Amino acid sequence: MSETSYSFFVLASATEESGGGFLPLQILGVVCGILGLVFFFGSAVGMVRFPDFYTRMHAAGKGDTLSTMLMLVGFGLVTLEDFSIGSFLLLIKILAVILFIYLTTPTSSHALMRAAFEDDEMPMTEEDLKKSKNRGKKKS
Amino acid sequence: MTEWFATIMGASLFVLMIPVIFRICVGPTGFDRILGVNVIGTKTAVLLVIIGTLYERVEMFVDFALTYALLNFVAAIIVSRYLNRTISLKDMEAREKAKGEGKA
Repeated sequence: MSETSYSFFVLASATEESGGGFLPLQILGVVCGILGLVFFFGSAVGMVRFPDFYTRMHAAGKGDTLSTMLMLVGFGLVTLEDFSIGSFLLLIKILAVILFIYLTTPTSSHALMRAAFEDDEMPMTEEDLKKSKNRGKKKS
Repeated sequence: MTEWFATIMGASLFVLMIPVIFRICVGPTGFDRILGVNVIGTKTAVLLVIIGTLYERVEMFVDFALTYALLNFVAAIIVSRYLNRTISLKDMEAREKAKGEGKA
């Protein structure tokens, strides 16, 4: 009986340590994830509100890259609960995904922008902006 | 704590994907649509890592995320190559001349 109660105590203390322990690395990971959400919020708002294809590309390309990298860093730090070799390998794998996204997302947005420019999709000038503003005033 | 964080992050990612889906639906040009698809594909790689955290098999889902990001990149490059209308040099010169005459 005493043995079972002792094992239960060990189990309870172990779960308490793994569940309720606020490691500083985990707090840093949570902060990184929330910062990534903020940047993705900016990117989403920009994709809806901006008037032109190139300005939308600006919002999407920058915000998307940085928010993805920040969120992946946050999850890599949060899943680093016990400092074993397996969790460090996992962190290195997530860092490889981050490196891949860091290389490819600006490249793909550059290719898309070049294709749009060669397809005679001209950027918006100041006169177009004035015209669209007047149209909005007439409608409202 | 980890499960809480993963659940909240995944739910807010889904909510923030709604404006991008709106841009895909009403986008005036095809480039807007493929740009929105690109953004959502990159976010899906993050979402796969979140799902792996929830199922406690992150080491498997990270490989899926890497593959998804690779396919997303290849799709964006292929679509931009497909929509890229290359113009011959004579057509370009003729267009430049027409523009100059229009200005003068």
